Amino acid sequence: MGNTRVFVVGIRRLRGAKLMNTLTRPVRPSALERWWQSTVHFLRQGRHFVIAIPMTWLVLFFLIPFAVVFKISLSEKALSIPPVSSLWGWNSEDAMVTLSLYLGNYKFLWEDNLYLDAYLSSIKIAAISTVITLLVAYPIAYLIARSKKYRYVLLALVILPFWTSFLLRVYAWMGFLNKNGVINNILLSLGIIDEPLNMIGTNFAVYIGVVYTYLPFMILPLYTILEKLDESLLEASADLGAKPYETFLHVVLPLSIPGIIAGSLLVFIPVVGEFVIPTLLGGSDTLMIGRVLWDEFFTNRDWPMASAVAIVMLVFLVIPMMVLRRVQDVRQERNT
Amino acid sequence: MKSRANFLMIAASLGFAFLYLPIISLVIFSFNESKLVTVWGGFSTKWYTSLLENEALKDALVNSLIVASVSASLATVLGTIAALSLTRLGNFRGKTLLSGMVTSPMVMPDVIIGLSLLLLFVAMEGLIGWPAGRSLTTIIIAHTTFCMAYVTVVVQSRLSNMDESLQEAALDLGAKPFSLFFLITLPLIIPALVSGWLLAFTLSFDDLVIASFVAGPGNSTLPMIIFSKVRLGVSPDINALATIMISIVALGVLVAIWNISRSSKRKKV
Repeated sequence: MGNTRVFVVGIRRLRGAKLMNTLTRPVRPSALERWWQSTVHFLRQGRHFVIAIPMTWLVLFFLIPFAVVFKISLSEKALSIPPVSSLWGWNSEDAMVTLSLYLGNYKFLWEDNLYLDAYLSSIKIAAISTVITLLVAYPIAYLIARSKKYRYVLLALVILPFWTSFLLRVYAWMGFLNKNGVINNILLSLGIIDEPLNMIGTNFAVYIGVVYTYLPFMILPLYTILEKLDESLLEASADLGAKPYETFLHVVLPLSIPGIIAGSLLVFIPVVGEFVIPTLLGGSDTLMIGRVLWDEFFTNRDWPMASAVAIVMLVFLVIPMMVLRRVQDVRQERNT
Repeated sequence: MKSRANFLMIAASLGFAFLYLPIISLVIFSFNESKLVTVWGGFSTKWYTSLLENEALKDALVNSLIVASVSASLATVLGTIAALSLTRLGNFRGKTLLSGMVTSPMVMPDVIIGLSLLLLFVAMEGLIGWPAGRSLTTIIIAHTTFCMAYVTVVVQSRLSNMDESLQEAALDLGAKPFSLFFLITLPLIIPALVSGWLLAFTLSFDDLVIASFVAGPGNSTLPMIIFSKVRLGVSPDINALATIMISIVALGVLVAIWNISRSSKRKKV
C-alpha cells in the first residue's frame, strides 16, 4: 500500500526535478534521481525474484499437495508401497496409455452412514462450541478493552496459556474432569453429588476442551474491535436515556460484528477437523471427521479413503474460509 | 452502570479462573507422591527425577528442538519475504493467490495439512527420488509451511503500521533499495521478526498432528511421545514435564512483559 504512495510522490518529485533541471541545470543528478534510477533497475532485476521465493515454496508445499490428495482420492487401495493403485496404466494390446479414475471412495463416503454422520456431527460440535466460546470470550474481551490500568496485564494473562503446549492444555483437563479428578472430588466433599459424575469421554468434555484451547482466537479479534470503539458513542447513548443493556444491544454489539465473525470463523474452521480434543476428552461415541480421517490413514492404512474424506472436508470449509478472508481484507483496508 | 461493571468483573474472573485452574491443578499434582494423579499422597519430586531417566523422551526432546529451531528460522525468512512482497512491492500478478496461500494454513485443519504433505512427499519420492523416505527434514518442511503463515501476519502488521518517513528520508539521502532494506527497514521490523520466530518456534514445538503424518520411523517428536502416553490416561511424569514446559514459557513471557513495560516507561521520559 505504502509503496504505491511513495512511487506517486517519487514521480511527482521527479517531474518537478526535471523541470528544475531544464531551468537551473544542476551539475550532478539529485539523490532522488539516483534513487529512482537504481530502484527501477532493482525492480526490474529483483522484484520478481523476491516475490518468487515465498510463492514457489507455497505453491509447492501448500497448493500442489491438494492436487495430489485429489489424485489419490481417485485411486484404489492397493497392497503395494505406497498403498495406492496407479491412475496411469499401459495397455500393451492396443499400445495405449490408460487413465483409470476410481470413484468408489466417494460412492462409499455417500453410502456409508458413518462418514455423513461424522461430517454432520463435526459441524454441530464445532458450531455449538463456537457459540459457547463467543459467550465466554465476549465479556473478557470487553473488560480488557475498557480497562485502562490493567489492559496489558489482562491481555498477557489471556495470551499466556496460548504460548504453552496445546496438547498439555488438553491434558490438564483430563486430570480435572476425571472420574476421580479434581471437580468430582470437590463436588463429592461438598456433598453436592453422591457419586462421581462421568464427564470425561462425553461431548461435554469436548466442548470444554475446545472452548479452553481456542479462547484466545476469539478474544483477540473481539478485543481489537472493541478497543477502537469510540467511548463518546456510549456516552451519547447513555445521555439519550438508553439503559446499559440497550446501549450494549444497539451500539456495542452491532459495531463489534466484524470481530464476532472473524473470531467465530477462526474457531469454527479448525475445530471441524480437530483430532486431539475428541481423542483425549471425547468418548468412543464422539464422532468427528478429523478422527475418522486419522483412523482411515493410520489404522486402516487406506490412503485413498483418507484423501476422499479430506477432499470432502475441504469442500465443506471453502465457504467459511472465503468469508474469513473477506472479513480480514475489509479490516485491513480500514486500518490503512 | 455499576451493576454492568460488576457483571463484567464476575464474568471475566470466572473466565480467568477457567483459564488457569486446570493448569494450577496440573502443576500441584506433579509434586504428588501417589501414582494416582488425582489423590494427594504427600509431596515428592520423584516424577521429575524419573523424567531424567527416560531416554525416549530425551531423544524426542532433541528432535523437537532441532525441528522447531530450524523451521522457525526458515519460516521467519520466508514469512518476512512474503510480508515484504505483500506490503512493499505494489501490485503484481498472483498477489491475491500469494496472500490467500499465506493465510489459509492458519485455519486449515491439521489433519488435512499433514495428509496432503505426506502424500506430496511420497509422490515426489516416486518422481524424483527426493525426499528419500520420511525424516526430520520432512517434518521441518511441513512445519516451515504452516509456521510461515503466522510470521507473515506478524511482520505484515508491523510493516503496515510503520512510519514511512524514515525510509523516505533514507531514499532522499541516496540509499539503494538493498541498503535501504538492510540498514533501515530490517532494524525497524526486528521486534516483529523476533516475536514471529518465537511464535513459529512454539507452534512447531507443539505440533502433534502434522508431525505424526510426515515423521519417519524413529523421528518421534516430543508431542508424539506425550500423546502416545497420555492416550492411555493421566500419568504423573507427564504432569512434571508439563510443569517444566509451562514454567519456561511463563518465565519467557514475564521477561517479555517486563522488557516492554520498561521500554514504554523510557519512552514516556
